[in-house]
Amino acid sequence: MPHKKFTAVGLAAVACVAVAACSSGGSGKSSSSSGSNPLAPSASNSVVVGSANFPEDELLAQIYADALTSAGVKVTTKFNIGAREVYYPEVVKGAISIIPEYNGALLTTSVDKTSTATSTADVDAALKAKLPSTAEILNSSAAQDKDSITVTQANATKYHLTSIADLSSVAKDWVIGGPSEFQTRADGIVGLKKVYGLTFKSFSPLDESGPITLAALTSGKVQAADVFTTTPQIITDKLVSLSDPKNMFAAQNVLPLVYKKAASAKVVSTLNSVSAKLTTAGLLAMDKSLSVDHQSYTTVASNWLSQNGLK
Amino acid sequence: MSYFSDAWNWLIASQNWHGSNGIPIRLAQHLEYTGLALIIALVIAIPAGLAMGHLRRGGFAVVTIANFGRALPTLGLLVLIFVLTSGSILSWLIPLVALAIPPMLVNTYEGVLGVDRELTDAARGMGMTEWQILRKAEIPVALPLILLGVRTSAIQVVATATIAAYIGLGGLGRYIIDGLARDEYNVVAGGAVVIILLALAVQGLFTLLRRVIVPAGLRGQAQNS
Repeated sequence: MPHKKFTAVGLAAVACVAVAACSSGGSGKSSSSSGSNPLAPSASNSVVVGSANFPEDELLAQIYADALTSAGVKVTTKFNIGAREVYYPEVVKGAISIIPEYNGALLTTSVDKTSTATSTADVDAALKAKLPSTAEILNSSAAQDKDSITVTQANATKYHLTSIADLSSVAKDWVIGGPSEFQTRADGIVGLKKVYGLTFKSFSPLDESGPITLAALTSGKVQAADVFTTTPQIITDKLVSLSDPKNMFAAQNVLPLVYKKAASAKVVSTLNSVSAKLTTAGLLAMDKSLSVDHQSYTTVASNWLSQNGLK
Repeated sequence: MSYFSDAWNWLIASQNWHGSNGIPIRLAQHLEYTGLALIIALVIAIPAGLAMGHLRRGGFAVVTIANFGRALPTLGLLVLIFVLTSGSILSWLIPLVALAIPPMLVNTYEGVLGVDRELTDAARGMGMTEWQILRKAEIPVALPLILLGVRTSAIQVVATATIAAYIGLGGLGRYIIDGLARDEYNVVAGGAVVIILLALAVQGLFTLLRRVIVPAGLRGQAQNS
């Protein structure tokens, strides 16, 4: 009878799909050591490299993972975990061995909210002093993804602007743009006045280094804006990020946050070699390859490692 | 629960009623955005709805436009147009007009379409021109529904004009966006209360308008939105 046959075939199909799904589970980016307790520390020559849920961090994690694999370390990856509130406890517990971090943000978000350290040296020292005993930071790289006051190339040339201090001649006629909280937070309008003595004509609340802010800057609606130093549009729209010699914006050097027990000598030396070669310009170029040229994470990471003799 | 008392304290604080970020100025800006969007939508939607309803054509187009307009992601459109037009006024105007058109268009079309055919036949029989039929017979009968459409649009636009603040403009959305960015939730709650009160005021205004404009004999129809 057709009805019964149909049902039998249908059940068989469902069974096949179920078996296939069970057996193929765990492949791809979020694989973890099968079967074992996910919260137990990894064995000494195998590490878990994690990343936060934004492209740049995933790229850095891919670089770490790639470099470690080339050095003979067994690597499992857990990318796109979530925000710091989610992954930081996992590193402290040892479920994640290594994650790319930004020293300033790590310090003020999870380690010591009251810290006022702004230079790379001070931030690193504060981290070393206040991190829990199970975790540590390795060497910080020169690469920083931090806030900057950014202007168009045309204005930079016209008014000879290279650092924030150079804005003193034009600030009173200029509109500055940034996220709404730029108006009240210490390293925003308040800091520009206190640290550099600058008062702008007005402030335009836009978004956080996103499409609205960049469109406003390039179209001339604002003449200066708070833009992150590794935003790809800096290259494509020919923008200039002014330097911050007085460290009004806290340092945000890229560095590995690691679980001490997973940090064997080989892991530490490999990651320190990576950090030694990482620069803001290099990171910016990689971000552009990712988001503008749409290359894959693995391609961009692999190319960078080869170009820097780390692979 | 303390958000309510925080919002209340923010609302009654006199400094929030003065200055360039005070409630009166933000309210005025908000009404500017709302008003302009509604006027443009009226000019587009009402004549179109009247024509299509009277000629009994284009029903499919009306339904499609209505569904399309409702499905549009207003905030996404705002950002897209802002980037494409380098921040022109169209950035917020187009999304708000697109939001306002469907209720007006659909209600006007349905209102005119739903006029009793015997009435229009009688009017035609009396020798009225098509234009006279529309003006003297169809519009008065369709008025409750048309007004309802305009009211629905007005309330939607009042609530959504908050998006102008996302691209650095003013309006009551400033309290929501700035409050969220700075973790000042009393400001967010206070701003939301003002917007709600404004929407209720718009509702009240239209109820009054209905009493004034719609003939007594027709007022029993189209009570619900």
